[in-house]
Amino acid sequence: MAEISYRDAVTRGIAQEMTRDPDVVFLGEDVAKPGGCFKATVGLYEQFGGVRVRDTPISEQAILGAAMGAAMTGLKPIAEIMFSDFIAVCFDYIANEFPKARYMSNGQTKCPLVVRTANGAGSRFGAQHSQSVENWCMMIPGLKVVAPSSPIDVIGLMAAAVRDPDPVIFFEHKSLYNSKGDVPDGEILDTLGTAKILRAGKDCTIVALALMVPRALEAAERLRIDHGIDCEVIDVRSLVPLDTKTILASVAKTHRLFTVEENPRLCGWGAEIVSIVADEAFYDLDGPPVRITTPHIPLPAADIMEDVVLPTPQRIMETIKRSLGA
Amino acid sequence: MVATANDRAPGPAGSGLNDDIGEDKRLALYRSQVRLRDSEQRAFDLFLQNLVKGTSHLSLGQEAIAAGFAEAMVKGDLSFCTYRGHAHTLARGVPVEKVLGELMQKDNGLMRGKGGSMHLTSEEHGVMGSYAIIGAHLPIACGAAWRAQYRGDKDVSVCFFGDGTTNIGAFHEALNFAAVWKLPVVFVCENNLYMEYTPIKDVIPIPQPAADRASAYGLERILIDGNDADIVYRTAQKAFARARAGEGPSLIECLTYRHSGHSRADPAKYRPEGELEEWKKHDPVKLYRERLKQFGVKEDVIAEIDASVRKEVDDATEACKAAPSPPLDIITTDVYADGGWAWRN
Ligand SMILES: Cc1ncc(C[n+]2csc(CCOP(=O)(O)OP(=O)(O)O)c2C)c(N)n1
Ligand SMILES: [Mg+2]
Repeated sequence: MAEISYRDAVTRGIAQEMTRDPDVVFLGEDVAKPGGCFKATVGLYEQFGGVRVRDTPISEQAILGAAMGAAMTGLKPIAEIMFSDFIAVCFDYIANEFPKARYMSNGQTKCPLVVRTANGAGSRFGAQHSQSVENWCMMIPGLKVVAPSSPIDVIGLMAAAVRDPDPVIFFEHKSLYNSKGDVPDGEILDTLGTAKILRAGKDCTIVALALMVPRALEAAERLRIDHGIDCEVIDVRSLVPLDTKTILASVAKTHRLFTVEENPRLCGWGAEIVSIVADEAFYDLDGPPVRITTPHIPLPAADIMEDVVLPTPQRIMETIKRSLGA
Repeated sequence: MVATANDRAPGPAGSGLNDDIGEDKRLALYRSQVRLRDSEQRAFDLFLQNLVKGTSHLSLGQEAIAAGFAEAMVKGDLSFCTYRGHAHTLARGVPVEKVLGELMQKDNGLMRGKGGSMHLTSEEHGVMGSYAIIGAHLPIACGAAWRAQYRGDKDVSVCFFGDGTTNIGAFHEALNFAAVWKLPVVFVCENNLYMEYTPIKDVIPIPQPAADRASAYGLERILIDGNDADIVYRTAQKAFARARAGEGPSLIECLTYRHSGHSRADPAKYRPEGELEEWKKHDPVKLYRERLKQFGVKEDVIAEIDASVRKEVDDATEACKAAPSPPLDIITTDVYADGGWAWRN
């Protein structure tokens, strides 16, 4: 067991899989010799060499297209898109190519690849380098979508994503790279499509993702101390497949649902979860489900502005307190 | 008429011909072109009868390119095609019935109706898909070539696309990427002078959409008569040898012309009067039939090929007409690798 950073967990997860399987290759801009824009892949080039860890031109379509062609013909590529916002310039592969190939070919074509990308706000980079765009991918049939919140989940879900036979979009959170957590020695392998109950509680269910997970945990702790409210906190981890069982079971127990989403309001993943709960657990609810999100605006760059638009522990706490009438 | 060809047959004294290709290969090139011609003509007839559904993009007039490249490929080489992909798919040996079945959206189709005419795929024949988003498959072909390079496999990835495709970003990303990584990929631009309904010359600042851009990627300028299957075949062989030797990609511009409209029943009114008639004088199938005769191939051998191709197309048509529609229970299969479509538990 050792305490490592989320950033180092990315390197360790990739290294674990590259060591295990010679078909795993890694490509992206500045990922090899420079070790990545966020220094999340330092040492991979030295460990695995330039044939398996390759720097590319600034050509996001070429990066994802090449990953797909390699995956179709037998490799297991991991491709980096430096900032998740840049998915917009290669969205054809994410929306039209990866997820449709198997279906359109009636099962002939495979596409086992991972796109990993730095998602989310907190770096004061402004509206084109800070977005939470997991919902851009969640809406596409044929993709799998994960977003870990801790170092151990980064490694375990990375391993699961690399070994998965379907295309997986792997969202790392920029503001979590410096966060730390305990990680056991040896191989770590997790399961896609499983949410984790990080804190058990009986008064309400808070469902969160990525950077919103530590914020939800902090809010839950303060609600307990200050107001005696006992929150259950679920880290969704995987948007597709979605572990609705864990969420529905929690709502059946607590009778209240809150989602905490970093994305702008419209069509965030929380809307889907709320809709599923409304459809299937309406009579378990003692009050309306509540979504806590970033408002529907582009993200401002300045620290004081960015800080107020993202859901904070304070806002989460106040919203829950008010909703529960405490 | 289309004179620009930097790879004409060397030709022994006086004849303008040589037999570097050999009779067996020439007969195969002829058979392939006739098969593509007849199948495409049949697809058009069936479209007019409302039996081919949705859309279709024919390669009538462009058969020499598909035949020439496919005959130069060996088992294991990979084809990446566009929505105008019937010809390339057939040329790799996919049965006519499988292609017509997909066009007619029947259960005997290549993908049982789940892909449609624009997405013909037959991996067992090396047809790694037909792509309908302009330019998307150029980077994908790079990836397949990267796998070959990484593993030391000797196959070549061959990527076909049109003149209009040279104006999209993915073309330039792929060419640069392939050149920098020295990938065993061959890019084949079928310049049929039109991108949909707009003449290519109206939307490029240079005369040749692909060939005149090759130098930007450090590649040789290759511009050939795409209606002469021998020239196409020789050019393909050279490019494949270069790729297999680890010398990197090639970009080949083939001049050609589509006899049909862009898609469906497009009457192609945007063409200047007489243009089609001029090009029909340089019809690849007619040209090649004459070529065989010049090499002394007997009329009855040619007639036998014509008849056996016609029979394959007729039999396929009947089989497709008789085939059932696909069952509805495959609607939700193969979304994910587990065979199903589950996105939640
Ligand atoms: C990204 C994209 N833009 C536009 C289209 C619509 N479209 C389909 S075919 C075509 C023309 C392509 O011309 P060219 O590359 O010359 O190929 P050809 O059809 O002549 O074989 C266009 C514009 C498309 N399918 N994808
Ligand atoms: Mg064209």
